[in-house]
Formats: sequence, C-alpha cells, structure tokens
Amino acid sequence: MNLLYSDSCILYSSFTMIAIIDYKAGNLTSVQRALAFLDRDSVITSSVAEVLAAERVIFPGVGAAGAAMFDLMRLKLDTALVEAYGRGKPILGICLGTQIVMERSEENQTRCLGIIKGQVLRFPEGISETGRSRLKIPHMGWNRVNLKREHPVFNGIDSQSEFYFVHSYYPAPRESLNLLGETLYGIPFASVLVSANLVAVQFHPEKSGRPGLRLLSNFCMWEGKDHA
Amino acid sequence: MLSKRIIPCLDVRDGKLTKGIKFKGNIDIGDPVEMAAFYYDEGADELVFYDITASYERRDIMIETVRKVAERIFIPFSVGGGIRTVEDMRLVLLAGAEKVSINSAAIRDPGLIAKGAAAFGSQAIVLGMDVKRIPPSQQIPSGYEMVIDGGRTFTGLDALAWTKEGERLGAGEICLNSIDADGTRKGYELRLTKLIATNVSIPVIASGGAGAMEHIHEVFAEGMADAALTASITHYGTYTIREIKSYLHEKGIKVRMTW
Repeated sequence: MNLLYSDSCILYSSFTMIAIIDYKAGNLTSVQRALAFLDRDSVITSSVAEVLAAERVIFPGVGAAGAAMFDLMRLKLDTALVEAYGRGKPILGICLGTQIVMERSEENQTRCLGIIKGQVLRFPEGISETGRSRLKIPHMGWNRVNLKREHPVFNGIDSQSEFYFVHSYYPAPRESLNLLGETLYGIPFASVLVSANLVAVQFHPEKSGRPGLRLLSNFCMWEGKDHA
Repeated sequence: MLSKRIIPCLDVRDGKLTKGIKFKGNIDIGDPVEMAAFYYDEGADELVFYDITASYERRDIMIETVRKVAERIFIPFSVGGGIRTVEDMRLVLLAGAEKVSINSAAIRDPGLIAKGAAAFGSQAIVLGMDVKRIPPSQQIPSGYEMVIDGGRTFTGLDALAWTKEGERLGAGEICLNSIDADGTRKGYELRLTKLIATNVSIPVIASGGAGAMEHIHEVFAEGMADAALTASITHYGTYTIREIKSYLHEKGIKVRMTW
C-alpha cells in the first residue's frame, strides 16, 4: 500500500508545477532552493495566469502586512489566491503568507484575504516564560509545534522536531477546526493553520533543516484534502 | 519554548576556512561548504560565515561560497565581513544567506543599519560588535569600548550606548564579540554579555572565548545570551554539537535536540 502510494507520487512528480508567489515580500530563492534539493521544479511568479495554471501554490513572504497586501492587490494576486484556493489547489502559506490568509492584521491595520476567519495579533509586550526575564520580540529561533491532530503534511515528522521562526505577529484563528498546530512562546499561539486545501505555517520550513524539508516534500505530494 | 542556539562560526579567507586566534596566525583548515554541510548534519542551529579578507579584497569568491552553502544546508546562516552597502547586502542575501552582519561599516555609517532594515527587514540585519574592556571613563561609562578593523582601531564609542543605537536604527540581532576573551578558550565575557543582553530587546549572540561546555552553559544561564557562537571548541572536534547540547539539556537549558 505504502509502496504503491510512493511509486505513483514519483511518477506524477515529473509534471508537477509549483508556483511560488512573488509579491516582492522577501527572499523567495530559499524556498525554491529547498524545492530544488527535493528535485521539485518550481517557478517564482507574479503572474495570475501562472498561479492559476500551477498544480500547487506556495505563498511565502517576509515583511509587513500592509505593504504585502498592497502589492498583492496591485498584482491582482489577492483574487488569484482566493480563486486557486476555491479550485482546490494545494496551497502552502509560509510566515507572512500565513498571516495574510487571515481576515485582518493588527500590523498596519490591514484587511487581508479572509480565507481563514480570525485576526493577526502582535505578541504582547512583557510576556515571559516561567521564572525568566521578559521574552524578546520578534520570536526568533527554533521552537516546537504541538499538533492537535494528524495531517498528511506532517507525515513522518517527529513530534519533538523544532522549526525556525522569525515573527512579531501571530495568527489567531477564530474557529478551532482551523488550528492544526500550536507553539508556546510565553503564550500559546497558532503556528499551523489548516482549511481544506490550505496549510499555513508561521515558521520557515525552508530554513528548518530536515523536518522542514520533509514538510515541503509532504506538501508536494499532498492531494489537498484534510481528512479531519 | 524557544531554544537557545548553538552557532558555529566559520572564518573564511579567499574561499577557504580559517580560524583566527586573536585575529592573528590564521591556519587553513579546509573547505567552508563541506564544513557547513558537516555542521548541518551535526545539529548546528545556525551558521555564521565571516569573510576575513572581504574588507580588503574582492568579494566574488565569497558570494560563490554562499551560493554553494545555500544549496546544501537548510538552516539559517549569516555572512559578515566587508559588507559596506545595501547592494553588498542584497548580493549576499540573494545568494542564499538569511542574514548579513555589519560591523565596522555600521560604525562608520550608522545609516547603513536603517537602510538595510528598510530594504530587507530587521530580521536580516545583524549588528556585529567587537568590544574591548577598558577602564570606565566619562566617554565610556560601561568600561567597554567598540573597536573596529579586526580589533586594531579604537572608536571612542561606548559599547552599551552603541548597542542601544543599533537597536533603535533597526538591527534585528546583536553578535557580541569580546576581543579580550576571543581565542583564550577561558570562557565568554559574561559581564559584558549580560550587560548587553539585558539592555536590549533583540536577541544577543555571545562570541569569543568558548573552550569548555561549562562556558556555554554559563553564557546562557548567567550571561543571558540567546545564542552562543562557537569556533575552536567545535572546529577541532573537542566536543560535538550533540555532546554540547546533551550537556546543556541535562543542565536544564532548552536546546533543539531533534534534527
């Protein structure tokens, strides 16, 4: 069963095209390099047509929500993303991309895509870990993800694995069914979100060593269905 | 809970690895790309490349090294040495580095920190600091003075005041190197590390002086550092990253144990 599954994935992978959405928000080459390491072809694009033609979409981003939404709208990639989501294409949000799928961000008071209900909030000042001094913002470095349930994108990833985070804001989904993974940084926050064919991670899988590569590899094989 | 990071530092000269002892008598110990891959497999949380020659010579060799490293390892790494302009930063970041570290150039032109942060985000800008202990004075109340050009030039800047200025200008992280401790293998400069780490709200990487695992424990527990830079302690096989992390884990320091 497993053998058959992995064989068919190898066959199909040769004509998989992954679109990495380019909206001038940060360095996208590291995502592409990680995919190249996994022998996956990808294209960095800001073309609506290419996004809609792709089999799957990666939506990364580093920077501020306000400027990001501005550029997405200017390039008409906001509607393209919502349409790609509606068509059932597997979509992976990364870092700022994950925040942009929410309804609204406190950062620059930005109205976002609204694929997942809820807000993006700033880490409160003065949070601390038990008996320690104040925590620094941004949350930068390696941290764990406590999965609420199994998901194909996390197949084979050790629960003790850590991922690389760099962010000052975090998504707060309104509905618990969208919460796939939680991370503790003074407060627990949603570090992995899910909604049908969308998985969105607050950390950087392309910078998270083998567990991160495994997640990207799983995403490349995921048919876009949430079995919950 | 966030893990404390162990960050091996690779000094590179003309595309080859070196290890400076007090910035003198560098010895060639091999290929930086292979060393990076080795540390990636070993569980390093991040890497720092410091291009020692970059201040004086052409940088193309380093950019090629950065590109090769980025194809092999999938953890963050930063590049420092000879970065003087936003364009220098852009080349290094596009080649695959996660962060750039600026040191002498930031003191000569503090606006470079702000320009870099505006162009690439604060998370990409590390303020490298070489610090020397001196008797406290009116000009240097902390008793720690900023030095540049590999420790050769005193700047008249107080290290604590400069750290706060760097943070205000948009640096995302501090890499704090004690010239006094560097190469001694007698431990990090704990007093300096704590002074800086508790006075800024950005992460501080402690650098210089690690010779034993106890030193790394100290710099986290007493120095309040967020990350520890290692060189000879890991380069020459005294301890593996796993040994260091297991030791820290037993001592109650949160480190990344699975990779």
